[in-house]
Amino acid sequence: MILATVFESGVSIQFYLIFATVLFVIGALGVMTRRNSIILLMCIELMLNAANLLLVAFSSYFGKADGQIFVFFIMVVAAAEATVGLSILVMAYRNARTVDVGIFNKLKG
Amino acid sequence: MSIEILVYILGGLTVGSALMVVLSKHPIRSVMYLILTFFLISANYIMLNAQFVAIVNMMVYAGAIMVLFLFVLMLLNLSKENEPKSSLLVKIASALAGGSLLLVLVAAIKDTVVLQVAEKVTDNASGLVQNLGHLLFTKYVLPFEVSSILFIAAIVGAVLLAKRESQIIE
Repeated sequence: MILATVFESGVSIQFYLIFATVLFVIGALGVMTRRNSIILLMCIELMLNAANLLLVAFSSYFGKADGQIFVFFIMVVAAAEATVGLSILVMAYRNARTVDVGIFNKLKG
Repeated sequence: MSIEILVYILGGLTVGSALMVVLSKHPIRSVMYLILTFFLISANYIMLNAQFVAIVNMMVYAGAIMVLFLFVLMLLNLSKENEPKSSLLVKIASALAGGSLLLVLVAAIKDTVVLQVAEKVTDNASGLVQNLGHLLFTKYVLPFEVSSILFIAAIVGAVLLAKRESQIIE
């Protein structure tokens, strides 16, 4: 178990900062472009994972495990969000027969 | 040196797979690419010496959450034909907005000075379950317990929402 960390082998923390930013922006781009509400939820998961990746990278960089605990809490929130969001979508599909996000415009009354 | 190259290849693969999630037209294909993305992110966690988080990420995200998404997609029986499409104007506008967001964030990150570690810690055991479990049940025991309340609320909410309205009234 004598593994050198990636930071000792020359990878800078800036690489992970840029990497997580790119993943986050791809997720945000998906939320903005796609109209299928299930894909929208998936893109939110992608953005949460970008945050997780940065937490783990800094946890490894500073040699402290606290950041990895927060990853578990984010996973808890993501799981709760996915179940409630999907059940809302299933209910909306039953009423409107579509998964287009535009159906929520009807909530304006 | 070889580890460095491996990390860069993994990063490139992850970004490419995440892009395919957004770009693929078929919803099922998007889900498959997202599962691939989660596996690649798990590989990144292993490279960062966070072995337990990598396994949990694989089980919870790729195993549980994505199966739930796939199940709902197949239940709703969506096909390529009735996939809702956004207009070209919206696509251009969101590409511009996303590009500017990336530009601003990268420009802000590029010049930041990250704190240097006081002494190089090579603690290979910090990402293992023994250390994480000890931390979770001592320092972070209150958030851990509170998260169970969140789960109860989510379970009750999901069951209530997924039931048909007539069943709730009775």
